[in-house]
Amino acid sequence: MKGAKIGPWLAVIVGALYFVVPLIATFEFSLRLRRGEYSFEAYRIVLADPQFQATFGYSTVLALATIVVGVLLVVPTAYWIQLRLPRLRPIVEFITLLPLVIPAIVIVFGYLRIYNSSSLIPMTASERATDLLLTFSYVTLALPYMYRAVDTGLRAIDVRTLTEAAESLGASWPAILFRVIFPNVRVAVLSGAFLTFAIVIGEFTMASLLDRPAFGPYLQLIGANRAYEPSALAIIAFVVTWACMGLINLFGGGKTTKAVP
Amino acid sequence: MAFLEIEGVRKSFGLNAVVQNFDLAVERGEFVSFLGPSGCGKTTTLRMVAGFEAPSTGAIRIDGKDVTRLRPNQRNVGMVFQSYALFPNMTVADNVAFGLKVAKRPVEERRARVEEMLRLIKLPTLADRYPYQLSGGQQQRVALARALAIKPQVLLLDEPLSALDAKIRVSLREEIRGVQRALGITTIYVTHDQEEALSMSDRIVVMNEGRVEQIGTPFDIYNFPRTRFVASFVGTLNILRGRVTDAAGGRIAVDGQEIVAARAIADGQAGELRSVALRPEAVTLEERTDESNRMRGTIEEVSFLGSVVRVRVRFNENAISLDTFNNPNLSPPRRGQPATVSFARQDLLVLEGAEPG
Repeated sequence: MKGAKIGPWLAVIVGALYFVVPLIATFEFSLRLRRGEYSFEAYRIVLADPQFQATFGYSTVLALATIVVGVLLVVPTAYWIQLRLPRLRPIVEFITLLPLVIPAIVIVFGYLRIYNSSSLIPMTASERATDLLLTFSYVTLALPYMYRAVDTGLRAIDVRTLTEAAESLGASWPAILFRVIFPNVRVAVLSGAFLTFAIVIGEFTMASLLDRPAFGPYLQLIGANRAYEPSALAIIAFVVTWACMGLINLFGGGKTTKAVP
Repeated sequence: MAFLEIEGVRKSFGLNAVVQNFDLAVERGEFVSFLGPSGCGKTTTLRMVAGFEAPSTGAIRIDGKDVTRLRPNQRNVGMVFQSYALFPNMTVADNVAFGLKVAKRPVEERRARVEEMLRLIKLPTLADRYPYQLSGGQQQRVALARALAIKPQVLLLDEPLSALDAKIRVSLREEIRGVQRALGITTIYVTHDQEEALSMSDRIVVMNEGRVEQIGTPFDIYNFPRTRFVASFVGTLNILRGRVTDAAGGRIAVDGQEIVAARAIADGQAGELRSVALRPEAVTLEERTDESNRMRGTIEEVSFLGSVVRVRVRFNENAISLDTFNNPNLSPPRRGQPATVSFARQDLLVLEGAEPG
C-alpha cells in the first residue's frame, strides 16, 4: 500500500524537477548581468528598450483584435452547430483541428502565394492590410483552442431548451445570443480568449515571414545577439502566459447550476 | 369558434410520420392534457403549437388567427419545459421579467408584474436568488411564473413535473391547476402520467403512434375507453378476449363461459373475436345471485398491497385481476383455490374493432 503511494509521488517529483529546474536556472542566469552579484539589470534593460515596448504593444493589440474576431466567428458557429446542425459537428471539429497538423510556415507560405502584392487580393501590399492578414492568421492558429473552449461551454448548458425558452418569451435572435447564450458561456469565452492571448504574444513564424514588428521576432532577435536579456525575456513571457492561465482560473469559478434538493 | 384550433395537422420527419391527422378544438380557459407513451407524438404536437416545429400539413389557429407559419416569438404562447430552462445567469426576478424586458415594457410595469407573479407562485421572498439556489419544485414554479408574466394567450406545459419527486409532483399539480383556474388561461399539458392527466384536466387527448385514440373528459376516458389501447393505458384494466355469440344481445363467450354486456355490440357479428374490458374495482370475488355476470376459475396469484389485496383469477386463456379490501378478521384467499367472480353487465365494455382470429 505504501509502495503504491510512493510511485505516483516519485513521478510527480521527477516531472516537476524536469520543468522547474531549467526555469530556475534561466531565472538565476537572468540575474547575473552584473559581475559578482545578483540584480534585475537585465530586466531593467529589456523593459526600458523602446523596441520591447513597441513590439509588446503591437502584439497585445493584435492579440485583442484576434480575440474579438475569433469570438465573433466561433461563438455563433459553435452555437448554430449545437442547435441546428449537430451532424456537421465532426466536420467542423476536423476543420478547427487543421491548424494543429498543418505547420504555421506552410499556412503563411500559402497566404503569401494567395495574398501577395501582385495577386487579386494584395493584402501584403500595405502595412495595415498585412496587419489584418496577420490577425486572421492568428485567428486560424488559435481556432483549435477557442473552438474547443466555447464548444465545451455550450455543451455544459442546455442550449436548445434555453433558446426555445427565450424564443417563446418573445426574444429575437440577437437578444437570445447576447442576453442568454453569451452570458452563460462567458467563462468558456474568457478561457479561449486568454489562451489566444498567450499564443499570439509568443508567435514567431507568421509575424516574421509577414515582416511585422511583433514580440515573437523581437524575442528571437534579442536571443541571437545578447546573453542575459533573452533569459529575462523568457521569464517575462513565462509570467505573461501564467498570468493568462491565472485569469482563466480566476474567472473560471462560475456559478454551479446544480439544484439544491 | 374554439379559442385554439388544431386542424388536420400532420408532421413527418423524412418518411416517418410522427403526428397524423390531428384535430382538436380547445375552448377559452380549458385545460386539455395530451396523454400517451413516449414517442406517441404528444410533445411534437405541443411543439407545433409553440412554433418550434412546423406542421407538414394542416393549420393551427389561436383566437381565429392562423399562426401556423409564425415564429415562436410572434405567437404569444407561454411554455414551461420539463428541465425548467431557467436562465442560469439571471436571478428569479430577472427570469420572470425576461419576456417583458425583451418586449421593452417600462421598468415599473415589469417590477409590478414580477411581484404579482412571485406572489401567485408563493415565492415572493426569493426574487434575488439564482436558479441554482432553488429546489426543483421552486425552479418549476419560477418557470411557470416566467411563462405567465407575458400574459400569453395559451400556456403550454411539456411534462413539467416529470423531473420532480412524487410528493412534490402531487402538490405542484394542484398548484398549477389552481393558478390556471385563477387566471382562466387556455392550457395544454403534455404528460405520460395518467394520474396527472385524470386529476388535472377538463379533457384528455389520448395519443398512440402519432394518432388520436380518444378525446374526452377524464370520467369518459377512464370509464368508457373506446379502444384497446386507451383501455390498457389509462388505469389498470382487465382485457378479455372472447367470441361474439349474439351481437344484438351483447353476448360474448370468454373461455367457454358466456357473459353479457348491457348494450348490443356495435358492428359485431356472431363468431368474430372481440376484446372486452373490465375495471378491477367492478369485479367482486363472490357469486352474486342477481343479473350480474359470473365466471368460474382458479385463483392464480394473491398479492398483499397493504389496505388492498389484489387477486388474479385464471379461467383458461384469460384472467381477471380484482382488488379486495384487506380485512384482518378474514384470511386472504389461497392460490389454487376455485373461485367465482361477478361483475355487473353495465361494467363490461366491449371495445371497438374485431380482433384478428
